[in-house]
Amino acid sequence: MKPQYKAVVIGASAGGLYAFKQIISVLPVDFFIPIIAVQHISPDSENYIITFLNNHSAITIKEADEKEKLKPGCVYFSAPNYHLLIEKDATLSLSTEQKVNYSRPSIDVMFETAADTFGKGVIGIILTGANQDGTAGIRAVKEAGGLTIVQDPTEAETPAMPKSAIEASAPDHIFSLDGIADFLLNLHQAHNKG
Amino acid sequence: MPENTSHNDLTTSIEIEFLLEGIFRRYGYDFRSYSPAHIKRRLINKMKQNKFRSLSEMQHHVLHDKNFFNSLLKDLSINVTEMFRDPAFYVALRKEVIPILKTYPFIKVWHAGCASGEEVYSFAILLKEEGIYDRTQIYATDFNNNILEVARKGIYPVDRIKEYTVNYQKAGGKYSFTDYYLAKYNSAIIDQALKKNIVFAEHNLVTDTVFAEMHVIICRNVLIYFNRDLQNKVIRLFNESLVHGGFLGLGTKETIQFSNYNAQYTDVNKELKIYKKKVNE
Ligand SMILES: C[S@@+](CC[C@H](N)C(=O)[O-])C[C@H]1O[C@@H](n2cnc3c(N)ncnc32)[C@H](O)[C@@H]1O
Repeated sequence: MKPQYKAVVIGASAGGLYAFKQIISVLPVDFFIPIIAVQHISPDSENYIITFLNNHSAITIKEADEKEKLKPGCVYFSAPNYHLLIEKDATLSLSTEQKVNYSRPSIDVMFETAADTFGKGVIGIILTGANQDGTAGIRAVKEAGGLTIVQDPTEAETPAMPKSAIEASAPDHIFSLDGIADFLLNLHQAHNKG
Repeated sequence: MPENTSHNDLTTSIEIEFLLEGIFRRYGYDFRSYSPAHIKRRLINKMKQNKFRSLSEMQHHVLHDKNFFNSLLKDLSINVTEMFRDPAFYVALRKEVIPILKTYPFIKVWHAGCASGEEVYSFAILLKEEGIYDRTQIYATDFNNNILEVARKGIYPVDRIKEYTVNYQKAGGKYSFTDYYLAKYNSAIIDQALKKNIVFAEHNLVTDTVFAEMHVIICRNVLIYFNRDLQNKVIRLFNESLVHGGFLGLGTKETIQFSNYNAQYTDVNKELKIYKKKVNE
């Protein structure tokens, strides 16, 4: 039986802006499942990535609001200085608890709740970055039976994060950014064909 | 015996439900309407730290050992805070709220969910610099008595002062931040004079009642932990505690938009979630 995907979660740190652009800008306006993204960012940032990506994409990109219901065709970016959590009823929660891996938002926190909520219906993707955040998260996705993808570290602007994710989780796929974009597009097309 | 994940999942949600029910009936703290993902994360972390095999095993300790419960309460309450967090919020208060407060002979302020007090002292500094501290009474409340004790003392780790000084300046601070604390060993001790008009008191937003006739209520980063129904209930409590024309300040990611009370308020600053209760119609 072919897997029924319910959400894509993506995490990135240093170098994330352009990595996200390469993936998000090719996705169609009606992309079949919601995408939830954590980009490490300074606490008092204006979250410029949202404006930037909206200018380059068909799909809607917005900052995650608390208790918001996840919908297809939308990318939800974590807010600066808040952790982002996914609830069982496919809504979002925010938290100001301590930093995890020196980060708030933390990729691990979001990925772990995504794994808990969507189980094998989640696709977890780790992109460029300079630290270990996301490593426990991608492992949680894998343990829940979800699909794991990591950006090829040799291509990543900053390789430490994808490297660490690969070592810890033996992901299903190691792709270039274009490879990740194609993979998501193919899933979308396969879904539309039914 | 290996169990499948959906089984585990069901078991865990039953355990969480029982544990929260037990905490409520045993200690009176009601977490049943908090955001589930947040609660689950905190409970599982606690369980792992203490090497319990299940939440049921932890429940025994929670119900029988008050000290253990207190340490869990600390985990569940997220007391993380800072001075002049979101400096723009204070700039907006200075510009858009303080000028109106200046016309009042006496001002009552309620900080709900004040944690270790940094936010309260930040506002006190602002009132002082604007010359109205002496006619203000501040009530600062939290449901966690241990954290209130820290707030009362007003002694903070000195290594955070650099960050707070930057925040103070960004928040439109008029003088030098060093005027407001005394550095001693590894601590920064808040100026006694700032404490004069502050009362710290235990108050639970879920189970306790109104605070009457407030001119300003500040409750930041507390509502995010509640589900929509509880948020609505707590906003009602604020609505009943606030005078007509009074101000409500929430966290930057919180809103009254989805509550039943939205129509009774106007935006003072939409971005920074500062609202004004309409004058009686
Ligand atoms: C993240 S802190 C917010 C501190 C500060 N207002 C700020 O924004 O920096 C949340 C606080 O809300 C308190 N809290 C949580 N539930 C509460 C309740 N039911 N009643 C009163 N306080 C509560 C916690 O103890 C904690 O200190």
